[in-house]
Amino acid sequence: MALTDSDISQLENTAEEIRETIISMLVAAGSGHTAGPLGMADIFTAFYFHILKHDPLHPDDADRDRLILSNGHIVPVRYAAMAHAGYFDVLECATLRQFGSRLQGHPERLRLPGLETTSGPLGEGLSQASGMAYAFRMDEKKNRVYCLMSDGEQDEGNIWEAVMFAGKYRLSNLTAVMDRNNIQIDGMTEDVMSLEPIADKYRAFNWHVIEVDGHNVRQFIEAIDEAKAVVEKPTIIIAHTIPGKGVPEIEGDYRWHGKPPTKEEAQRFLKEIRTMNGKVTQEYA
Amino acid sequence: MLNKEAYLSAKIFADDIEQKATRDGFGTGVVEAGTTDARVVVLSADLKESTRAEVFEKAFPDRFVEMGVAEQNMATVAAGMALANKIPFITSYAAFNPGRNYEQIRTTIALNHAAVKICGMHAGVSVGPDGATHQMLEDIGLMRMLPGMTVIVPGDATEAHKAVIAAAKTDGPVYIRFGRSATPVFTTPETPFTIGKALRLFDPINPEVALLSTGALSYNALLAAQMLHEQGVGAIVLHIPTVKPLDTEAVLEVAKQVPAVVTIEEHQAHGGFGSAIAECLAQSHPLPMRILGVQDQFGQSGTPEELLRHYELDSESIVKAAKSLLAL
Ligand SMILES: Cc1ncc(C[n+]2csc(CCOP(=O)(O)OP(=O)(O)O)c2C)c(N)n1
Ligand SMILES: [Mg+2]
Repeated sequence: MALTDSDISQLENTAEEIRETIISMLVAAGSGHTAGPLGMADIFTAFYFHILKHDPLHPDDADRDRLILSNGHIVPVRYAAMAHAGYFDVLECATLRQFGSRLQGHPERLRLPGLETTSGPLGEGLSQASGMAYAFRMDEKKNRVYCLMSDGEQDEGNIWEAVMFAGKYRLSNLTAVMDRNNIQIDGMTEDVMSLEPIADKYRAFNWHVIEVDGHNVRQFIEAIDEAKAVVEKPTIIIAHTIPGKGVPEIEGDYRWHGKPPTKEEAQRFLKEIRTMNGKVTQEYA
Repeated sequence: MLNKEAYLSAKIFADDIEQKATRDGFGTGVVEAGTTDARVVVLSADLKESTRAEVFEKAFPDRFVEMGVAEQNMATVAAGMALANKIPFITSYAAFNPGRNYEQIRTTIALNHAAVKICGMHAGVSVGPDGATHQMLEDIGLMRMLPGMTVIVPGDATEAHKAVIAAAKTDGPVYIRFGRSATPVFTTPETPFTIGKALRLFDPINPEVALLSTGALSYNALLAAQMLHEQGVGAIVLHIPTVKPLDTEAVLEVAKQVPAVVTIEEHQAHGGFGSAIAECLAQSHPLPMRILGVQDQFGQSGTPEELLRHYELDSESIVKAAKSLLAL
């Protein structure tokens, strides 16, 4: 079914709500990662509100699509998207990283239904996603496996072992998505450990490669549809994103990889998100 | 009661005792080691700020190597460098170094007896809110099982500084474990530190129990000994920063003074420091013992204080364990 403009703007509004939730939960937690989660809010919205075959009330449904988050440190965006999608009450987001919470600092499968796996240590998601895709194909199942990765974690050798494996076994039911935001902890990816030409690297390993603007929801959903139509290879969607997207004063700044906003900053950030960076107040004030 | 020869902090039981993370001692120590020996190089796996490797990068930019998020490559590249006359310090979180790169360390560093100094930061539950994936609790066990590996768990930032300098001067591989949170600096520059030597912190006149501990929890052991003293129970505190080679002489000397010992570590109770003490005592001088550590569980999110209390590694829990062991 084709997406109308109003479908898209509804998804965009949901993404803004998810960004607000991310900011609020990080302030409450007093630690955690800001840049990655904000940058991936549009893609998580597309997954939870359009792409995934899933049922928030039955997170163990055997036929669900699987969404593997390899770069576990951006899990606030997943928690926020899951809460908005109905997996649990949005209020629970305020318990992020606190003692006794199901919302651990890095995602733990056994604590919260719907997480699919445990992650945080980088570079391990694509292998697990490949294992799932391989197993589903053995059982002639039609559900799809999606694996979200970061660009920094492409440094890990484990990723390339999985890239070779999925390429060799032509796991076309597997779609990987790379958050190509160009930052990692010690600086810009090309300074820390250069990745380019990253698309060619995947092509050389027999993957189908699509590059999109990770903040263009329509483009992203169309790329997912294209991946479904490629039957002879796994697909990777390299999503070019802006870390910290939605809060102009932190956009693109690697120093926001791993710190939360203070209360004062959060107030300012929320205002920037709520007013669509000034657009709302200018146009409707 | 405090051992005068330990030259402990003048503020030892004061509320305003200086607090500093042991990883800060890595930063200053490795710069000093690099100043005396030009062979010292530091490798970082995309964590130069939180491991304090950045301090070395600022001092010696040409001897700092950024590896990206690639701990297995870091360990093996370092092995190559060590076999080519360098003294590499490899740095990341303990969960990944030596967690992820264990086999690379085993074959290319330990079996080669290469002079690589493995620095595991953010060890233990006191990492706090990051949760179980980042709270390494098995590293002491992994490293102490490797033949020829020296294993050091400094008690505070000052001791960490000395341990790093000593590691650079030691032949062969060394594992040094560091913590993320600020903890009391209970030693001073005058406090003796030698690899392989334990240090008595507290020596009561009538000892009834001994508290043997490693790492920053030795301060909690000291607080526990003080509390026990106030309750009329004499507890020796033996701080053992070198888990391997173990100072068996000091351990046995203490064991012969008391009917029972308690060991304390921020690590799995299985296979770590307490196990090393048990191996020593069981074979030479068996006596009742309690091994305090994380009891066959993973960590979780929370503040360091909440977690140390939850896993019963705070001073009150040590007091309780000592008294129950003595059936008091
Ligand atoms: C195996 C492993 N090594 C190191 C880390 C510490 N770490 C967490 S995030 C990160 C940076 C990775 O870059 P990226 O995921 O691109 O960061 P982002 O774009 O989200 O800021 C590192 C090194 C880790 N989680 N796992
Ligand atoms: Mg990145």
